Amino acid sequence: MEMIKIKNLIHEYIRRDEEENVVDIKRAVDDVNIEVKPGEFVAILGHNGSGKSTLAKHINAILYPSEGAVWVNGMDTSAEENLWKVRQSAGMVFQNPDNQIIGSVVEEDVGFGPENMGIPTEEIWERVEESLKSVGMWQYRKKSPNKLSGGQKQRVAIAGVVAMHPKCIILDEATAMLDPSGRKEVLRAVRALNQVEEVTIVHITHYMEEVIYADKVFVMDQGKVVMQGTPREIFSKVEELQKLRLAVPQVTQLAYELQKSGLPIKSGILTVEELVEELCKCG
Amino acid sequence: MLRDITLGQYYQANSRLHRLDPRVKLIATFLYIISLFLFKNITAYVIAALWLLLVIKMSKVPFKFMVKGLKPVMTIMILTVVCNMLFTKGTPLFSVWKITITYEGLKMAFYMIVRFVMLIVGSTIMTLTTTPNQLTDGLESVLKPLKKVKVPVHEVAMMMAIALRFIPILMEETDKIIKAQIARGADFESGNLLKRVKAMLPILIPLFVSAFRRANDLAMAMESRCYRGGDGRTKMKPLIYKIEDKKALVCVALYLFVLVAGGIAGNYLPI
Repeated sequence: MEMIKIKNLIHEYIRRDEEENVVDIKRAVDDVNIEVKPGEFVAILGHNGSGKSTLAKHINAILYPSEGAVWVNGMDTSAEENLWKVRQSAGMVFQNPDNQIIGSVVEEDVGFGPENMGIPTEEIWERVEESLKSVGMWQYRKKSPNKLSGGQKQRVAIAGVVAMHPKCIILDEATAMLDPSGRKEVLRAVRALNQVEEVTIVHITHYMEEVIYADKVFVMDQGKVVMQGTPREIFSKVEELQKLRLAVPQVTQLAYELQKSGLPIKSGILTVEELVEELCKCG
Repeated sequence: MLRDITLGQYYQANSRLHRLDPRVKLIATFLYIISLFLFKNITAYVIAALWLLLVIKMSKVPFKFMVKGLKPVMTIMILTVVCNMLFTKGTPLFSVWKITITYEGLKMAFYMIVRFVMLIVGSTIMTLTTTPNQLTDGLESVLKPLKKVKVPVHEVAMMMAIALRFIPILMEETDKIIKAQIARGADFESGNLLKRVKAMLPILIPLFVSAFRRANDLAMAMESRCYRGGDGRTKMKPLIYKIEDKKALVCVALYLFVLVAGGIAGNYLPI
């Protein structure tokens, strides 16, 4: 069974005037089909306004489909009786770290989700400990979130989701407001969760470098999925990506330029090491 | 500069008072304030003052912090004292021009000031020894019975907790906006009062817009973490009465008993 199944999903933002007449309809997500298997690391790429955040909100049942359907762990998100189960099995990490931390002490914030679920006190403490340790924030448990760096805050937010024991975590541009080292911190934590605990990850971003570890990449533009495949497949289509206003990682760009000017290099290079190896072969 | 302001004037120390359950401290403070208004004679005030001194000693908070709490209400205090002195009728002591000072007036003013000082110092001790978070937790728990008459106790406590969490963030933001507006040539320092108040507008509007945006984000984040009000919620740090807390409650009861006994006896004393 798929962890997440999105079928012919359409979402329309409808703007109305005072008399409830429809003024404007904007189709943010247009006929999207995505399937994610348990334990997969999936990345969704797209520039601003491509509909990727809207899509993410559907997986967490914050938005409901205008047409089509979304299933999370076999549950239909539009059915009201599934609402809390869906939100528990698909945790969401948002863009701004300050606006999603509720507690004024790190450990209290991580305990917020389990508290809402009605978990007994002793188990909350166990969950808080294990989830803070899984993102490497255990030593900061008594600190105020205001004293942490952006990357650390975002790791706390992830721990807060992990403590709810979700099957799947959606990162809705969770790295967009962080500096490069903060981004690395967060990605390392997320990859560890994916590999060690086998949590399904849906990572939504517009940084191309962040998707090279993904099992599958979906590229969105104007509400539609325009490309999909492994990172290597996606990055070998440099020209197409540029048309979508997405910048490929520098190494990939360099490899592409070298290839274009006649060097026998394979396409879809993702890391510096790979490029070095290829260049040595050219000798 | 704005970041230096600490809200809730919690003073970090490890005293018996600090370790008490916030509910006990809330109830004790409430009872203490009521006890101040029960009697109007010297004996009762002496007992209340002794009790207060004992609590101050136990709290391990330097005395000057308590005096700090008095400063903001100084004007109100002086005003009440003056009014009481001037407008209480009784046996005149002396009079200057049209103003007559009476014996009763002086006595009233003295009692007033003693009450005021003890009331404020008493409640300052509570806020000095309790973190804002404990305070909201305690309030929620103490006010729980009001839920039956449909007072949204949990929601109010949650709002207070969130407000406390966001105060430093909004402070920082205000700081940033002020600097941004100064960089654009805004002038906050010169001009008369009206002009300066008007100059605050370009700070307040962006601040409000951003606060609403944050509130929106936060609501979404809370919902996505299964928040659905207080029903069916468990506590990570539940409040449990310990032996210490029970002892403290007994002490408060003892104090009340002594005060009532002293107060009644005091009514028959000549002063």
